[in-house]
Amino acid sequence: MFDFSIITTAIDQFLRSLMPSAMAVFLECVLVAVCVIVAYVLLAIVMIFMERKVCAAFQCRLGPMRVGFWGLLQVFADVFKMIIKEIIHFKRTDNLLYNLAPYLVVLSSLLTFSCLPFARGLEVLDFNMGIFFVMATSSFGVLGIMLAGWSSNNKYSMIGAMRSGAQMVSYELSIGLSMLTLVALSGTMQLSEIVERQADTWFIFKGHLPALTAFIIYLIAGNAETNRGPFDLPEAESELTAGYHTEYSGMGFGFFYVAEFMNLFIVSGIASTLFLGGWMPLHIPGLDGFNAVMDFIPGIVWFMGKTFFVIWLLMWVKWTFPRLRIDQVITLEWKYLVPIGLINLLIMTLCVVMGWTL
Amino acid sequence: MEMKKPVIKSIPYEEFKDNETLESLITELNKERTNVVVGALDDLINWGRSNSLWSLTFATSCCGIEFMSVGAARYDFARFGFEVTRNSPRQADLIMVAGTITHKMAPVLKRLYDQMAEPKYVVAVGGCAISGGPFKSSYHVLNGVDKIIPVDVYIPGCPPRPEAILYGMMQLQRKVKVEKFFGGVNRQQKSGDATEDYPIIITNVPQDITDKEREQ
Amino acid sequence: MNITFIPLSEFRPRMEALRQEKGMDFLRDIIGMDWGEEGIGAIYMLENSTTKENIAVATRTTDRENTIIPTVSDIWQIANMYEREVFDFFGVVFSGHPFMRRLYLRNDWVGYPLRKDYDESEALNPVRMFSEKNEEDYLHTLSPDGTITTTLDNSFDDKEYVINIGPQHPATHGVLRFRLSLEGEFIRKVDVHCGYIHRGIEKISEKYTYPQILALTDRLDYLSAHQNRHALCMCIEKAMGLEITDRTQYIRTIMDELQRIDSHLLFVSCAAMDLGALTAFIYGFRDREKLLDIFEEVTGGRLIQNYNTIGGVQADITSGFAGKVKEYCKYILGKLQEYNDVFTNNTITRKRMIDVGVLSKEDAISYGCTGGTGRASGWSCDVRKRHPYALYDKVDFKEVLYSKGDCYDRLRLRIDEIKESVKIINQLIDNIPEGDYKVKTKPIIRIPEGSYHAAVEGSRGEFGVFIESRGEKSPYRIKFRPMGLPLVASMHTLLKGCKIADLMAIGATLDYVIPDIDR
Repeated sequence: MFDFSIITTAIDQFLRSLMPSAMAVFLECVLVAVCVIVAYVLLAIVMIFMERKVCAAFQCRLGPMRVGFWGLLQVFADVFKMIIKEIIHFKRTDNLLYNLAPYLVVLSSLLTFSCLPFARGLEVLDFNMGIFFVMATSSFGVLGIMLAGWSSNNKYSMIGAMRSGAQMVSYELSIGLSMLTLVALSGTMQLSEIVERQADTWFIFKGHLPALTAFIIYLIAGNAETNRGPFDLPEAESELTAGYHTEYSGMGFGFFYVAEFMNLFIVSGIASTLFLGGWMPLHIPGLDGFNAVMDFIPGIVWFMGKTFFVIWLLMWVKWTFPRLRIDQVITLEWKYLVPIGLINLLIMTLCVVMGWTL
Repeated sequence: MEMKKPVIKSIPYEEFKDNETLESLITELNKERTNVVVGALDDLINWGRSNSLWSLTFATSCCGIEFMSVGAARYDFARFGFEVTRNSPRQADLIMVAGTITHKMAPVLKRLYDQMAEPKYVVAVGGCAISGGPFKSSYHVLNGVDKIIPVDVYIPGCPPRPEAILYGMMQLQRKVKVEKFFGGVNRQQKSGDATEDYPIIITNVPQDITDKEREQ
Repeated sequence: MNITFIPLSEFRPRMEALRQEKGMDFLRDIIGMDWGEEGIGAIYMLENSTTKENIAVATRTTDRENTIIPTVSDIWQIANMYEREVFDFFGVVFSGHPFMRRLYLRNDWVGYPLRKDYDESEALNPVRMFSEKNEEDYLHTLSPDGTITTTLDNSFDDKEYVINIGPQHPATHGVLRFRLSLEGEFIRKVDVHCGYIHRGIEKISEKYTYPQILALTDRLDYLSAHQNRHALCMCIEKAMGLEITDRTQYIRTIMDELQRIDSHLLFVSCAAMDLGALTAFIYGFRDREKLLDIFEEVTGGRLIQNYNTIGGVQADITSGFAGKVKEYCKYILGKLQEYNDVFTNNTITRKRMIDVGVLSKEDAISYGCTGGTGRASGWSCDVRKRHPYALYDKVDFKEVLYSKGDCYDRLRLRIDEIKESVKIINQLIDNIPEGDYKVKTKPIIRIPEGSYHAAVEGSRGEFGVFIESRGEKSPYRIKFRPMGLPLVASMHTLLKGCKIADLMAIGATLDYVIPDIDR
């Protein structure tokens, strides 16, 4: 399997040969940041386009067709429009917080995004507490949403933000528990290491029943975490007009919109890393010829394939189910998902200790 | 100087109605020449704007149902880039006044229009929004929304067929395509003129708030 | 129609007696009326919900300045709204009414538009472009010496978390405004504001000739365009003593039922949209388009068809009509299962709807919630069964009844009613007799002097037309019974202790159309 670190190391050595190492590190940081942001934006555009087409397919429609071939340029048009749309300033808002909120949301998802291992050697932030870091960064997005709702001085936004706070903080727990279950199975918290340990079989197969349970809990909780249907109460179009971002126009709204889609990507990306082996190809122990063929497919293709499969699953869910009510959302989490998650963690630990894994 | 004609996919320029209005708008906007770079940027911006017109979900009566039909499977205005209907006026580019506007609704509509972010467009859908329609003689109906907000495109009908609404949207796209972002007359001034033509007193701030401010 | 006049002094005890002794528990309508010299007052149309006995009583006073009639809003709950409407249009003050304020027009409106001496000049009522001040409630109490005292009563105080749903809001299905007082997610108080689409149809009708008025009924409740127009045509035909042909009756009945299918499909899809299931919404619209094709072929219109005329229908049915309708009936029965799979039987839908917004049978009758909402509460209120018209006494169909009266019952009832409509159509479609589709009428239509009333089962309740004629070519007073006003009025009861999300579920399943409420 191709190791991407060969390229990065080569660039690093080349830069260090040209300039002092501090300067080189600085330049690398800038380079990496630019790469991450560009990847982030491009993926967001792909995701938005995918959402429209998938949604159209479920609804017996065609989706965007006229802008570019098969509507391929549609999202670019939207982006252009959004960038030059007027940003309205209000008298009665808390201006600092109002302007800060969208950046917080984007920052949170951007930080989490850079933790994803796209291929062997192609990860920006990778250290031994990887999963902890992912959970920490992804959870401060709720702060941005709360600030947006509070500072807008709009009652709809306020209700949306409060719903979002209750919902996201609750579901954080389930996400944590299901991740912990997988940590118990893998024995490490480093994301790249987790992928490496799935070289023989993916964790969803290795951990059989408890891993599958954790996977389902993770998908439900992840969907709630990204505020997408059936958990889209914070923005609940038919109830709160646009929820916490009612008062945002132009790019302020654009950031929330992009962050929502990227959070979906991140949730799916982590799901594929933890459960479906990340960039690791499908290996079946004993079938060496098959495994060798699988290894020819580059890791990034595997990762993207799995991630987009999970995204598609979540979109399917979104476009099928009606919205839950807030008390039902909270009941589902605290009465069902958390207890099940806890027991599941216990079972997984037992399985690992007794060696009942595949 | 040759006139730059807006292009809509699959429909030739000549087949559109009322090209005269559009052409007079182009000549008015192009009185002062602009340089090439700015012109190219303008084109890019107009391309983005015209292909991504998100409308506000605003419907008062019958025309609203036809508007919903346009969004549904058979007519599907998402094909043209009018994908999302936004429920918050801040995020909408276009307000489709679908239905009768009454005296009680008029200040609400005006306020919605004011809440929208620039650039914003208005499409008057159906006879009621254009002139009062069948209810013109009523004591409680506003005879045409153009008395309170500047209208870009009128779509006649009672209610207009979905095809007519799509055609009206394309006309709006054409109008957006000839606009100028840099150097030309921008919309802000245009809408300002419109309100000068129709002097109407508008108070956006509710009475009680201004009173409190005065006390302070 | 016979109207019994009750002198003002005996009015209150007589009304109480009608309710208590004769069991007149369903107040169909209160029709405000300006008789000119004879005075101003109101006609009360009452019905006994078990024996289906009808009665119309009226009271009036000649005092045009201080027009006071005792309230009946404590006897029938719906009277609360109807009396406000009469106050709005005629300036009749109902003493003892809890919220005596305008229902449709702005608070600063000058004059009472449906009075015969109303000044329509623009100068009095220009387009006011400033926001309406939040209104106070006026309580008019009549003291024994005959003076009225008006007291102010704020319904929402400053400390409450008050939020406006509407007038421009995706869940209100048009321009209705709810003022809610919230406690967290819970709704503590609700106040409904109508009139954002009040077009004064009843007033313009007084200036128009009868054929001209026909055009306006389609625009009342655009989802029961055929039925509305059917009611008006029926009322005029009854008044003129016009016999219509069998063929017309068949066509009208079939069209009414097709329209009901159309409306219920839209109901199911909009209910889905309000709960956030957008895919089910689009499915409903997809199937509705096929029905609109049939409408378009016969009538030339999609939504507003202008099909019925006095004495018949506008144009004969096309040759392929029967085949297409039969094909569609087969198609839609298959699709109903898909709605059940995608939406109705969905766990989340059930959780959101079962036991939410329960309307008891007593409340349904007292509020006069006819149509699907009343039947979901177990009240058999179908006009097609109660007072059969057209061909409904000749066809075999079941009045679908549910007992619980929650949102889920209301949703399922509509889907079941589509099946019943298909049943009715299937019985009629093959037997349309030959003959004229229209009876020739005189170019100018005059109705003999008197009061006339006709009612049909619209898509969402009883749609009634009342015409008071003085023998002219336009009516002296015309009144349409709004199907939606009772439904909106019942929101007060339904929303107590509910959450914001329930407001959407309840609003969607009550199925009101705002232009029909506001007229």
